[in-house]
Amino acid sequence: MLVRAGAPPQAIAERRAQIGWDRPLTEQYARFMWSTARLNLGESWITGRRVTQMLSEAAWPTLELALGAMLVAILVGAGLGTLAASFRGTWLDSGAMIAALLGVSTPVAWSGLLALLIFSVALGWLPPMGSGDILHLILPATVLGLASAGAIARLTRAGLLDVLTEPYITVARSKGLPGRLVLARHVWPMALPPVLTVIALQFGFLLGGAAVTEAVFARQGLGRLVVEAVLSQDLPVIQGIILLSASVYSLVNLAADALHWLLDPRVRE
Amino acid sequence: MLRERRRFLYPIPTRHPLPSQWPTGKPERKPLSRNVTALTAMTFLIFVSALALLAPVVAPAHPMQVNTAAQLTSPSRTHLLGTDLLGRDVLSRLLYGGRLTLGVGLLAAAVAALPGLMLGLIAGFSNSWIDSLITRTMDVLLAIPYLLLALTIVALMGQRLEGVAFGIGLAGIPGTVRVVRAAVVSVRQRPFVLAARSVGCTGTRILWRHILPNVAGTALVIATLQVGWAILNASALTFLGVGAPPGVPEWGAMLNEGRLYLREAPWVAVASGSMLTLTVLAVNLVGDGLRDAIDPRLRV
Repeated sequence: MLVRAGAPPQAIAERRAQIGWDRPLTEQYARFMWSTARLNLGESWITGRRVTQMLSEAAWPTLELALGAMLVAILVGAGLGTLAASFRGTWLDSGAMIAALLGVSTPVAWSGLLALLIFSVALGWLPPMGSGDILHLILPATVLGLASAGAIARLTRAGLLDVLTEPYITVARSKGLPGRLVLARHVWPMALPPVLTVIALQFGFLLGGAAVTEAVFARQGLGRLVVEAVLSQDLPVIQGIILLSASVYSLVNLAADALHWLLDPRVRE
Repeated sequence: MLRERRRFLYPIPTRHPLPSQWPTGKPERKPLSRNVTALTAMTFLIFVSALALLAPVVAPAHPMQVNTAAQLTSPSRTHLLGTDLLGRDVLSRLLYGGRLTLGVGLLAAAVAALPGLMLGLIAGFSNSWIDSLITRTMDVLLAIPYLLLALTIVALMGQRLEGVAFGIGLAGIPGTVRVVRAAVVSVRQRPFVLAARSVGCTGTRILWRHILPNVAGTALVIATLQVGWAILNASALTFLGVGAPPGVPEWGAMLNEGRLYLREAPWVAVASGSMLTLTVLAVNLVGDGLRDAIDPRLRV
């Protein structure tokens, strides 16, 4: 589909006319919007397949991976953050925060490799490569999740500490509520919104992390599609991926804002 | 009566185990000189940078020197960290590679920080339509996955380390703008800005002399954290095959090479992987230390 570099000008012009690049930009944009509105994202320049079909095939494994990773990230991140905040200033606090930082600081390629070596090669507990059932998902999701757990842990700690210094927490404590009840009833609901925001923002990171994770664990998915599309300059596919990921990102952030509105009565006024 | 009622509402306090001493004050500044973790991390970084800068003096061999007689030899007295597939000394490659890896990190952070600081200052200080223009543009850019931005820029600039640094740096601008703008908005409401305005300072003077010094610390914290972020992403791009050209002793590239013969010679991947992790960890710890010293309420 692509014209070779150094091809005769006529061939290049022909190809440009075929894609519609000889039309004015406004017309090109209108055409693009019109076909996008009808869920037609064109065909790949390399494989000639429909972009919507390529995207829907690649989206499911990545969605699986992203949701699994988010679950791990939220559990580990919120856990470490809560631990650090309720034991502020002790070795538990610094230990939890350094563990969170270690997760952020380790390249996914390296942690994925270590996880493969330990759990698949040495111990033989989990399948090393490919995708399919839940067993294939555990390692990649954990590796990717731990990488974004750090940000959640740090935000959780900061958010909890903010709330913990509020006077009404002192009131709750002084009337004799046990610590875990104060945390669950009075602290967490108030600290949740910023954490939700950072979780939503992490979705932007996930696609990047997914590209590496998918390469390490030989999975199919959007991440690999991105890399292949950019390297082969497959413009329709790149456009499709940007459209898809930007929509997902906006929707997730919208959902986070909506949850914030539901959770915090102060925002509603 | 009232007393009885109270008892009914709030049961008599019993001794519950406390999670710990819960904090009672807002986060306070913690000077770097008292922050042992950050100081340790800083020492480590200085040590690594010094070794990387002095690589031609301290390295036992040239990083590209191929020795087919010593392929994949395990660590020994002649090769402290062993050799790789082409018999190149891993320690020497690590030392020379430190220049590239740290250089990419610093360059990318600079590329992200300077335009990010400028745009953030302008957005936070200017009237509403310029502010919304910049903020909305950055929001749009944030919605595009940074990896895609970085990949595209690297693909356009060619497979060179400078391209990697630029791509990652440019992809980091929107995040920087966001944080700097928030800092500017909170500073411009403080009384000294009003005071400066009331004695007749122009907007430009207020921006440069009164607001910039007050957000510079925040920008420094962000820039530091971005060094670590950039090093990580450079290694990710290398891993995906668009980063450092093959053969270059950049740490991410070494890790990638070492992966191929991990079973036979784990030292190549282990040495480069651990150096990457330790360095990024140290950079992040220093960034955290700076944050605690300069702007403890900053969320990053």
